[in-house]
Amino acid sequence: MGLLSNAAALLGKEVRTEFRSRELLSTTIVFVLIVVVLFSFTFDPTTNESHRFGPGLLWLAFLFAASLMLQPCFLREQTNDTLSALRLAVSDPFAIFLAKIGANTLFLLLTELLMLPVFAALFNVNFRGQLPGILLTFLLGSLGISTAGTALAAISAQARMRELLLPLLLLPLLAPILVASTEVTVGLMSADPAMQWKGIGFLAVFDVVFLTALWLFGEYLLEE
Amino acid sequence: MAKRVVLCAAAVLLVIAAAYASFFIAPEERTMGDLQRIFYFHVSCAWAGLTAFLIGFASNLLYVWKRNEKYDWLGVTCAEVGVAFTTIVLISGPIWAKPAWGIYWTWDARLTSTFVLWLLYISYLLLRTLVEEPNRRALLSALFGIFAFIDVPIVFGAIRWWRTQHPAPVIMGGPNSGLAPGMRPTFYFAVLAMHLFMWFLISERYALEKLRGEVEVLRREAEAS
Amino acid sequence: MASPAECKVGLRFEKVDKRYGTVYALRNLTLTIAPGECVALAGRNGSGKTTLLRIAANLTRPTRGSLSFSESTENQNPHTGFVAHATMVYDELTAEENLLFFAKLLGVTKRKERVAELLFEVGLGERKDSLVRTFSRGMRQRVAIARALLANPSLLLFDEPATGLDPEATTWLIGRLRTLRDSGCTIVMSLHGESEVARLATRAVRLEAGSVVADTRAGTTFQSVLSFTGS
Repeated sequence: MGLLSNAAALLGKEVRTEFRSRELLSTTIVFVLIVVVLFSFTFDPTTNESHRFGPGLLWLAFLFAASLMLQPCFLREQTNDTLSALRLAVSDPFAIFLAKIGANTLFLLLTELLMLPVFAALFNVNFRGQLPGILLTFLLGSLGISTAGTALAAISAQARMRELLLPLLLLPLLAPILVASTEVTVGLMSADPAMQWKGIGFLAVFDVVFLTALWLFGEYLLEE
Repeated sequence: MAKRVVLCAAAVLLVIAAAYASFFIAPEERTMGDLQRIFYFHVSCAWAGLTAFLIGFASNLLYVWKRNEKYDWLGVTCAEVGVAFTTIVLISGPIWAKPAWGIYWTWDARLTSTFVLWLLYISYLLLRTLVEEPNRRALLSALFGIFAFIDVPIVFGAIRWWRTQHPAPVIMGGPNSGLAPGMRPTFYFAVLAMHLFMWFLISERYALEKLRGEVEVLRREAEAS
Repeated sequence: MASPAECKVGLRFEKVDKRYGTVYALRNLTLTIAPGECVALAGRNGSGKTTLLRIAANLTRPTRGSLSFSESTENQNPHTGFVAHATMVYDELTAEENLLFFAKLLGVTKRKERVAELLFEVGLGERKDSLVRTFSRGMRQRVAIARALLANPSLLLFDEPATGLDPEATTWLIGRLRTLRDSGCTIVMSLHGESEVARLATRAVRLEAGSVVADTRAGTTFQSVLSFTGS
């Protein structure tokens, strides 16, 4: 079976499994909520300044949540060594990565979209009319987080202290995503909304570069 | 052995010469005076650090391809040497910034990116301590090293763009400020000196790692028989 | 999909080393397995049997040396079925879902029928809609075996295949392996000693400290290769 059909089959299974228990999604959403609420205690969330701080804190919360949410992605495959079964069954190991990146991006996006109205209410931010721009930012940002995160999860799953290691490896690597996503989101949520295409450009470049790197080196990440 | 002594002596002498040049030969800078002289040191260390990381990147790629442990030794060597030089950059920046701007850290684009670079390679070194089996450790750190290095240009680019959105004092002249002709010889000499010193550090550290590797082989053979 | 008889797979281990740090799991192992042979792999724990099987399954690379396959057919990509210590199936899916999923990945034609057929064969037809999490060790082993057989493998690698199986299931397994062996499938199975399953083998090889120390091809009797005495 080809790369894309293998990836699609795997993606289907990942999504179906998650929606059966919803444990990953529910814990991630609650975590983001907790982080956002806690952050808001550190400054006055009602002033205009919160329009400047808010998006950054939101993305930071997404980053922290992702670095925790991405852990199980390969750890789950270790319990019964299903990773070996997958490696034996697929024609191209990149299919495994594509599927997991797709699933993780989807879960991250769902979390972000659920958080958006909550965030808007808590920080009194109006983003009506800018929804397409925000969706694009969320999509490209989540794709970048998932791509780098899935690759590094494959690495950290083979090391000790893996719960702490993944955030340690991932967060510095995702600095460009944090910077670019925040700037674009700030631009979209400001009093005079404007689309920062350069920021979108950085997100797209990050996504392409890391997807390509994973395509080139993915099979080595899965080696025993 | 003689080679090592010669390299060491040459590197040290050149660094001392570069220091002398930056204090006594280079012209005084118009606005900042003597404070600016730290620039020769600060920037040449930054370049040497980046060169070390670049060599490390190449050896990471070579390890994944050839699986020869020499490339793993070179990889960890370059990461450590790179981190050492980068640490000097991060310390000399604030030393300059405090008298010049009154604050230690201005979130200048290049210094901030250097900080992220430093964090990335510290993570690389931490990863190495958390994987015990040598072949696994070599492969995983080579792969992380590759991901880290390809991220570097994106980090620098994104943070530079971020700083154009929120301008802040620039630590050592923006990317467009040229170097006064009088300063160029000293500057290039400092860069050369630092690279020679980098080469010396790499060869010493590599030799140490090679010794460790050879001890492992001996231990393996001893346990086998 | 071609039946196993159309694809005959041979393996050749040439001076294979597999090293983990200072430990050699395999040392200078040279072994040729002819297409269609049914090999029983004997040896104590830690002798390298599992490592050999994992290399044959292409899940691990040798540190030194090489493994090559010979396929006496041009157009097929022969499948490998692998049953390991771990079950390699998802606890959170049902037996049927697991098999359908792997069948889809492997590109098995007429998936539903094949899965139903296999589930019935391994005796799990009644429990096909139960989560694997609720299964006993023996039942999980049966799902694992079904998973390995999904794509009509030409090469079967078994790491202690009868583990956890009750006498009835063991009898079924022996019968199934016999059919596979007779239809030309190459089988390599690691065993702990003499057992009923071992009787299927056309050849036995003993590993110790990562190397071959006895081989029925060299004239040694099956009994001495498989038994624990004399090591």
